[in-house]
Amino acid sequence: MKRFLLAFLFFAVLIALWEWAFRAKIWSPVLLPAPQQVAEYLKTSATDGTLFQATVITMRRLLIGYVIGLIGGLPLGLLTARWELFQDTIGTLALGLQTLPSVCWVPLALLWFGQTEAAMLFVVVMGTLWSVVIATDTGVRHVPPIYRRAALTMGSKRLHIWLKVILPAALPFIVSGMKQGWAFAWRSLMAAEIFVTILTGFGLGQLLHYGRELSAMDQVIGIMLVIVVIGLLADKILFSPVERFLHRRWGTNP
Amino acid sequence: MRFGHKTGSVTEELALVSPSKLAIDKVSKSFRSRAGTVLALDRVSLNVAEAEFVCIVGASGCGKSTLLNIIAGLEKPDSGTVLADGKPVTAPGRERLVMFQEPALFPWLDVLGNVLFPLKLKPNLTKKDRRDVAKYYLELVELTRFERANIHELSGGMKQRVALARALAPNPRVLLMDEPFAALDALTREQLYGDLQRIWKSRRKTIVFVTHNVREAVCLGDRVLLFSPHPGRVQEEFVIELPRPRDLNSVELATYASRITHALKSGAQSETATAK
Repeated sequence: MKRFLLAFLFFAVLIALWEWAFRAKIWSPVLLPAPQQVAEYLKTSATDGTLFQATVITMRRLLIGYVIGLIGGLPLGLLTARWELFQDTIGTLALGLQTLPSVCWVPLALLWFGQTEAAMLFVVVMGTLWSVVIATDTGVRHVPPIYRRAALTMGSKRLHIWLKVILPAALPFIVSGMKQGWAFAWRSLMAAEIFVTILTGFGLGQLLHYGRELSAMDQVIGIMLVIVVIGLLADKILFSPVERFLHRRWGTNP
Repeated sequence: MRFGHKTGSVTEELALVSPSKLAIDKVSKSFRSRAGTVLALDRVSLNVAEAEFVCIVGASGCGKSTLLNIIAGLEKPDSGTVLADGKPVTAPGRERLVMFQEPALFPWLDVLGNVLFPLKLKPNLTKKDRRDVAKYYLELVELTRFERANIHELSGGMKQRVALARALAPNPRVLLMDEPFAALDALTREQLYGDLQRIWKSRRKTIVFVTHNVREAVCLGDRVLLFSPHPGRVQEEFVIELPRPRDLNSVELATYASRITHALKSGAQSETATAK
């Protein structure tokens, strides 16, 4: 309760400072709207459905692309950890492409796929895939060999060892890779949406872009807040429970 | 008795299986290292009778762990054969379970989950049977209260007791133990000697126990084999004729231990002499 109050107080002070900066007229009101204006924008866009629609479109792109990235990345990571051939080829490729900021995929995606959903998905998949490949590979390489030997003596064989021993043993690494993949995907999707107008749906990034075009600072800040909140929620809902489980089981610091 | 009304397959599962007879015949194994080829085992032969408790003692690097791994089927010998009940050992199998120096418990499973792991690999058991069997062995190692605990919450001795329960759970004929108590403190170790002897007596297993601790070997073994290094060979054999349960601190045990330690040292000395 005390922690909650402190956090609440912190954000109240932050908004009060904002309000003060607005009233002191340090910057033009066009550049810095009042907190209330932003709240009003959020209220109207929430009631007329634009905000909800944009969030759904963005989240759908993100989730579909992310899941594709996971489904592709996990087995690829297992392959690169298991066979030298895959390590030298796909592993090296993954290492190289992971260093590429995922927003760099946007121009290529546009030329290949045009202004379509496929372009958006492609960017998200590229953001997710390589992180997951590398995290899975690292995780598998860190599994103590004794687990494998112990499992062998208990009658566990190839596929069973991979599914029931190696994969769970590598889980802490894989989860942190999944988290990184999520972060990369989220950032690159926002960049893509800001750059590209896709006629099949307006995502949050596009709302942000039009806020700038119209010099509607309340919209820009409002959408930024929404993006922050979604990021926080994703962390709390998707990853925190898994991480708590891992910390409890492995006895690592919470 | 807690399991007074066992279902058919649990009774079967917990029934005593006949312990194996092991015949190791002229097993050799060498390793290549940067310093050249090292002969870890040189035509080692030994027989282990059903339900016998054999301890192998030797300095580190004398090949005793290698021999254990070969008996387990985890490594292949360069030459020679290992027979378990007359059948050659070619791969690891749950007839011969291994306990390592590290408990090698799986941190993503709780205590019960770890003991269930080998049981899930056994066909023809229902979910309930498996749980009953796992709980039986947890009771045997006196860890029933901790079945829901996470591995990192256990002490070193408790971890090894879970590892013992896990090794016993699939009802193997042979237990292969590779210095399982080496990393524990003296008090915990002494307690585990008692537990192991009690369980060995009630579950009737053939046990091959590798250690560098002579008193441990005398306390546990029917026979103690002294291994000499470079190349690994059986140097000498001692039959321990002490009544059980044995007291680690008794004079008789200490007498045996000092005899073996003496032999161990003279073996090491003669080796350095030949090296010079």
